Amino acid sequence: MKYDIILAGVGGQGVLALAAAIASGAMEEKLFVKQAEVHGMAQRGGAVMATLRLADREVASDLIPHGTASMILSMEPLESLRYLSFLAPEGTLVTSVNPVRNIPDYPDLEELLTRVRTLPRAIVVDAEKLARAAGSVRATNMVMVGAAMHLLPIQPGTIENAVRAIFARKGSEVVDINLRALRAGRDATG
Amino acid sequence: MTQRMPFRIAGAFCLRDVRPLRLHRQKGMHYKGCAAGKEDCPEPAKVVIMAEMVLLGDEAVAMGAVDAGLTAAYAYPGTPSTEILEYLIRYEARHGRPHAAWCANEKTAYESALGVSLAGCRTLVAMKHVGLNVAADPFINSALVAIRGGLVLAVADDPGMHSSQNEQDSRFYADFARVICYEPANQQEAYEMTRMAFDHSERFEIPVMIRLVTRLAHSRTVVRTAEPIPAKSPSKSPDIASSWILMPHIARRRWHELLLRQKDILACVESSPFNTLKLNRERRDLGVITTGVARNYYVENLEDLGFEPSHLHVGVYPIPVGKVRQLAEHVKRIVIFEDGYPYLERQLCGIMPLAVEIQGRESGEVPADGELNPDIVRRALGLAERKGVEISGITLAGRPPQFCAGCPHADTLKALKMALAGYRETIVTSDIGCYTLGALPPYSAVETCVCMGASIGMAKGAAEAGLHPVVAVIGDSTFLHSGVTPLMDVVTARANMTLIIADNGTVAMTGTQPTVLTQPQLEQVVLGVGVAPEHFHVLSAHPKQAEHNAEILKKEIEYRGPSVIIARRECLEAVKDAKKGGAA
Repeated sequence: MKYDIILAGVGGQGVLALAAAIASGAMEEKLFVKQAEVHGMAQRGGAVMATLRLADREVASDLIPHGTASMILSMEPLESLRYLSFLAPEGTLVTSVNPVRNIPDYPDLEELLTRVRTLPRAIVVDAEKLARAAGSVRATNMVMVGAAMHLLPIQPGTIENAVRAIFARKGSEVVDINLRALRAGRDATG
Repeated sequence: MTQRMPFRIAGAFCLRDVRPLRLHRQKGMHYKGCAAGKEDCPEPAKVVIMAEMVLLGDEAVAMGAVDAGLTAAYAYPGTPSTEILEYLIRYEARHGRPHAAWCANEKTAYESALGVSLAGCRTLVAMKHVGLNVAADPFINSALVAIRGGLVLAVADDPGMHSSQNEQDSRFYADFARVICYEPANQQEAYEMTRMAFDHSERFEIPVMIRLVTRLAHSRTVVRTAEPIPAKSPSKSPDIASSWILMPHIARRRWHELLLRQKDILACVESSPFNTLKLNRERRDLGVITTGVARNYYVENLEDLGFEPSHLHVGVYPIPVGKVRQLAEHVKRIVIFEDGYPYLERQLCGIMPLAVEIQGRESGEVPADGELNPDIVRRALGLAERKGVEISGITLAGRPPQFCAGCPHADTLKALKMALAGYRETIVTSDIGCYTLGALPPYSAVETCVCMGASIGMAKGAAEAGLHPVVAVIGDSTFLHSGVTPLMDVVTARANMTLIIADNGTVAMTGTQPTVLTQPQLEQVVLGVGVAPEHFHVLSAHPKQAEHNAEILKKEIEYRGPSVIIARRECLEAVKDAKKGGAA
């Protein structure tokens, strides 16, 4: 078993925390995990991409080859399309519908979402709305983890435990908001 | 269920399987001259595995150094190397050792490390690849002194220039200095090689380099650590005079001895467990050489290749020439994969015709520039390209990095543009830092970015060539790194230019590390260099001050001589990070 994920978003959206939640869950289930990310200049409001490789055996490469990723999990619709060449023909794209319009030539959102929906396997989620209902838009990334959860090779309960551990430091209220966000994402797609 | 630390935070994990680590037994051996015979590396010993930790490649180097008995570590922040010292600073806060500190620049960091070694203790110095240009002077010369406490230089190269102005390959520097260079392929090797590097540094009395690349530096996975050894007590060597004073007569002897030692260094590297040769007796058509992380991309494609070609992996240099020759005698064609310059390939090819065909970046089978990846390796191995999902009919607008909302640099550059608005031909030189983003629209406010501190010297030159107005824009940390010395030139030459120090009180681009000096020392440095107080202003980089700031800038631009403006407001990211740190 090998499950490769491309994580996409814009600097500041919490892509790395999203990666951490899935990676922690996978480790708990004794999977081999490799997570590569971009630091430095690219973080400042630019396109951010991280890769997460989960497998039942050791994987050598930190980078995912073209046409082989099982999933693209994106915090932002435009960013979700940027790495399509990495997605395997049978892979799934999971994205939030909420745009980050910090560039002058951002494409028409409806056209963008229509393109996403024409893909063979695409899941789109109004993640911000669900996160707000769960208690904070800052939990949008956990909604996206929830939205992807039914496809991941990890038990949902294990991911919930990982979320608890990641946010434990910030108090029980923050933990509860993030768990609600995770479940809202799961219920919207699973 | 066992309680585990979240993935992002390094911590101890339960053991899964126990595998011998490739670490040498600590024998406390020291290099004793060059006349002795073949000095092979001892066989790797079985080591007790202490813990499993989730570590970035950078952090694995840091942890390897800690477990090797590190006394002190120094660095200047630079992507992708920053997390090495960040990890050690956090480690020191928790455990009270080793000493870990940011320095003014890579050269001062290296020299501090050299002092630790002189005192007989183990030391690590970390930097990005272009930082080694700054530290090249102490690095090259330190190969001639008799290194006492192991000195390991961790350099993180940036093939593909994710966050750098070039993709220079540090392996050339190691060769230039005639020292050992380790090139880990994964986080586990980064840990093990760092530990071994300390042993080799002491055994051969040379600094030893660990060369990382971005992809390894910033990728995390589980690392198994081994039993730590204690730090050494400081001591003074009785032989300092004969081996640390590089006056010509001593330097000549030390250089000669270093050259004689090369034979033993090579013998050690030839037998290293990190340089592996596997010959396929059935096939002679193809051989593969990989170095560092390139092995990962090769292994990724091996299954589809359908057979295992003869394969040499190089994880430690100087190049293991014996193993290279063995491979070359066995096959007709060799493909070389390196994440960086064609360092190995160029040495193998040379100028004279060869019996064996060599393919790689130099010959064109692998692209000459950019980061290596599994797809490039796949093509070079002759495997069919794998297509991903395609989409048509929509243009994906690029999303370059940009100033954070409310960034003080944006306000500084707005004021500068206002001040320069009336002039026909202006030149604004700039430097390395967040403010370099001011080169992009909508600001398009700065026009050069070459190396740390260059903005000031270049502005002086442009002014002396006759351009006016000439403005240099540099950040506070970059100014302290390499801007003070060119400012001395500016003052001495009375160059007709204006320097803006964009002071946000932090090293922002690399993740808000502290600067070595803050206000009011920064002002004292500028005035101490000899800038006239009446042409030195400290302004608030606030949107409400834009017009006032533009007026003062214009007045100083009109002044025929050197003027300096500090445009100050704290970085919003630094404020956020400080709050987070305070809450933790």
